[in-house]
Amino acid sequence: MVDRIADIWGTRTPYARGERWPVRVDQTLAPGVAEGDVDRWVQSACVLCSNGCGCDIAVKDGRMVGIRGRQADIVNHGRLGPKGLFGSWQGVDTGDRLTRPLIRVDGELVETDWDTAMNRIVERSRHLLHTKGPLSHGFYTTGQLFLEEYYALGIIGKAGVGTPHMDGNTRLCTATAATAMKESFGSDGQPGSYVDIDECDAMFLFGHNMAETQTVLWMRVLDRLAGPNPPRLVCVDPRETPVARAAEVHLAVRPGTNLALMNGLIRELFVNGWIDDAYIAAHTLDVDRLRATVERWTPEAVAETCGVGADDVRRAAEIFGTSERILSTVLQGFYQSAQATASSCQVNNLHLLRGMLGKEGSGILQMNGQPTAQNNRECGADGDLPGFRNWENPQHVQELADLWDVDPDTIPHWAPPTHVMQIFRYVELGSIEFLWISATNPAVSMPQLERIRRILDTEGLFLVVQDLYLTEAARYADVVLPCAAWGEKTGTFTNVNHTVHLSDKAVEPPGEARSDLDVFLDYSRRMDFRTRSGAPLLDWTGPEDGFRAWQECTRGRPCDYTGISYERLRGGSGIPWPCNDENPDGTVRLYGDGVFPTDPDYCESYGHDLLTGAATGPVLYRATVQPGKAWLKSEDYRPPHEEPSEEYPLRYTTGRTVYQFHTRTKTGRSRALNRAAPGAWVEVSPADAEQLGIVEGDMVAVLSRRGHLEVPVRVGDLREGTVFAPFHYGYWDDGGSEGSASAHHAANELTMTEWDPVSKQPVFKNAAVRIEKVRDGAGPSPAPTTAASRPARAGHRAAGRTTGSGGGPGTVPATVGGPEGEATERFPDTAPPRVASSEERP
Amino acid sequence: MKLPVYLGLLHEAERILARSFRVVADGHGDEPDFHVILGTLAGQCDRHVEALEPVIVRFGSEVEGEEEHRVTADGVEEVRTGALGLLLDLQDLSVLVHHLDVMWTMVGQAAAGSRDRELLDIVVRCAPDADLQSRWLQTRMKQAAPQVLLVAS
Repeated sequence: MVDRIADIWGTRTPYARGERWPVRVDQTLAPGVAEGDVDRWVQSACVLCSNGCGCDIAVKDGRMVGIRGRQADIVNHGRLGPKGLFGSWQGVDTGDRLTRPLIRVDGELVETDWDTAMNRIVERSRHLLHTKGPLSHGFYTTGQLFLEEYYALGIIGKAGVGTPHMDGNTRLCTATAATAMKESFGSDGQPGSYVDIDECDAMFLFGHNMAETQTVLWMRVLDRLAGPNPPRLVCVDPRETPVARAAEVHLAVRPGTNLALMNGLIRELFVNGWIDDAYIAAHTLDVDRLRATVERWTPEAVAETCGVGADDVRRAAEIFGTSERILSTVLQGFYQSAQATASSCQVNNLHLLRGMLGKEGSGILQMNGQPTAQNNRECGADGDLPGFRNWENPQHVQELADLWDVDPDTIPHWAPPTHVMQIFRYVELGSIEFLWISATNPAVSMPQLERIRRILDTEGLFLVVQDLYLTEAARYADVVLPCAAWGEKTGTFTNVNHTVHLSDKAVEPPGEARSDLDVFLDYSRRMDFRTRSGAPLLDWTGPEDGFRAWQECTRGRPCDYTGISYERLRGGSGIPWPCNDENPDGTVRLYGDGVFPTDPDYCESYGHDLLTGAATGPVLYRATVQPGKAWLKSEDYRPPHEEPSEEYPLRYTTGRTVYQFHTRTKTGRSRALNRAAPGAWVEVSPADAEQLGIVEGDMVAVLSRRGHLEVPVRVGDLREGTVFAPFHYGYWDDGGSEGSASAHHAANELTMTEWDPVSKQPVFKNAAVRIEKVRDGAGPSPAPTTAASRPARAGHRAAGRTTGSGGGPGTVPATVGGPEGEATERFPDTAPPRVASSEERP
Repeated sequence: MKLPVYLGLLHEAERILARSFRVVADGHGDEPDFHVILGTLAGQCDRHVEALEPVIVRFGSEVEGEEEHRVTADGVEEVRTGALGLLLDLQDLSVLVHHLDVMWTMVGQAAAGSRDRELLDIVVRCAPDADLQSRWLQTRMKQAAPQVLLVAS
């Protein structure tokens, strides 16, 4: 048994470059359940981060009682992370699930039956469509549903209701990944693969605390680092994360200055000739503009702006310039920061300049935040058209109209689908009066929460929320629909490196809860949405019908699913798309041939100006594109719009901790996970703590122009002048809503309503704040000691008052799981799985 | 030679546009994206004003007597209210931007005709911003128009 709360990444299985990652099978079973007691194992994949680990769910007497990694799966080779082990079935098999629909009666939510709840929705929906038209409707979904559910929602919104106001919380986590790929390559679609970790000799992690956000992927890196010829690591992060500690070069940039650093790294490639001129000429456009854009960003200029060492910039650039196989990963440190798209495009540009793309060990992983974010992007339940189609291309709209047998004019395509921040603005202004939220919790996860709460409470808004639990957002709803969770329904989903998994239904949902798919299909039936020939718009009887319909939608598109079926997904490993007649085993890496989907008739987007988000438009795009070549998009650095001032002298940034996910709807209900990170905190550097006269555990107020928090302090290792708060903590489990029963502690009380002009992803990672001490602490803060939030290493008089000793990190008890945090590890003597493709070397 | 007249009008029009962007940014501060992007666009205009200084020193700027004939002389001095007001204010901004776009084109023509390298460089540097400003306004207005014209109260 291993305590996988204390030992997040488990036992090392070192391996060398070019070998395959060894198998390790991780498993937990409910207390008192032995392996022999399990009735059956049901195939699935984990939904507690974007990694997409294949797993099997143990079922006994109709209940989920355990989980085990699938050793044959190409993603995880048998492993699972702490959230998967302790928060998957444990996070949904609880006593407080929603089991009956709720409707608002005299201001209170009361239980009702499905007929009454759905009729209430349909009545309001019909009335508004009749009196105000489709623009009165908005749909805000998630990164947690299954592919079939998104596609149903996409069809309902676009071909049934006909509204452009559809988005997902993927806007908050992964919009910039998709946008950066559209801008650089012409379409969404991940160039790299996890298997590149096995092959690379350098890794760059840009704003990506992989050790906590994708623990299993980090295990793969740790095992390379523990083996012969480990990859050289470069980390860009203002905090001293586990990634930073393992890195050869750690660039602890000031929040909000990523683009200055990226421009400096690109400049070093040019200046030192670390570029592949032949590749650039054959496969890219606009190199001269890129060169001009970065010209002023000498290492010294970068050092000045970003607060890092000029020599560290040179060392990082040299590693990029001279390594033979480089894998880059990018996540929220870039996506949720200022100039998000421009910074992320520069990562693409680094690889394009060196021609290091789509080859063994050389690739890019523009990461996702959520398990099924990719499907939302593919299926068009967010700000995209299904199958990576281009809303500005009439032929693409016609294809969808033909698939769905509707008039092309029904499908909104006069402007891009409306992003969620704008949807909420329309709600605020009263022009959207019907908002349907599925499986997401904006009352905690969106920026500037005081404003979001006010909007959800808008007079005249009809709010539908479907979820597992009565979330903070559901408390504002007029109708609440209880839905089935992971393990209680069947469907497919796709991870960061476009590997598709099937998740089979293991048990029945509690009470009257239904799958999200059944809810959407029911709404479509009751609304009587029909095709041009009079047939029901959605005549699917279950998820597999939806999958088949989706296959047709993807035929010939970059995300081609036509060679994948439920049958093929059962039994073995997940399969990476495109999988079709040409690539029957799927495709591991994209763009190995240097041909990019920029052809104007094929591309997903005609692109944007990175400074303003102004659309390029079809005319200018067609006049300038050279089909097949990638765009070297660039933009100069500009300071963030809110910088520290005398009144608010500190830079505030937010993020995840390893034990929690999102707004803790599942992980907060897992005893093992929640005990490891039970409450909110704020991290302050030793120097700032000293200056503020605060020590570990002291209660402080953190104030921005938009709100305040009252949380205990963790004195930790992050750059001076920067403070960090985890964004998971809301109000559902502290006896009140939005802080009425306790002090504010949701990180987004402080964040700004500002977004990247291109990806429209909110800027969660930069705000100006000040800190004031409220009272002495009674003990250390609840922040975990195991990862980025661990106490500062030295030089700090932590908790001296309470312990009476000299204090120091040793006074904060180590985070452990105890018996509830135990899992088994097995090391079967078996060959690691090979990726399901002929690209793999034998 | 009438080039100084055009340079003077251009110089002034950039200042008017900068001010107008800021008036709309502040007046519609509840539209979260406006404040940021219109501020950026106003900054572009500031830089154009600066960029024109050396040629204005060289050629002069004689705008007397031209003022009263101009439809774009005042710019946006105050914003309208409401969703429709927002769209109309953006429309006014696009008129000003288009006016400038044409003006840069004319000055560019004169610069080409006179083979004036300094002026040509300024035009090459600044003129694309007017096109970008115009495209941003188009992008934003096209998105807003159906909501404003069909459902907003």
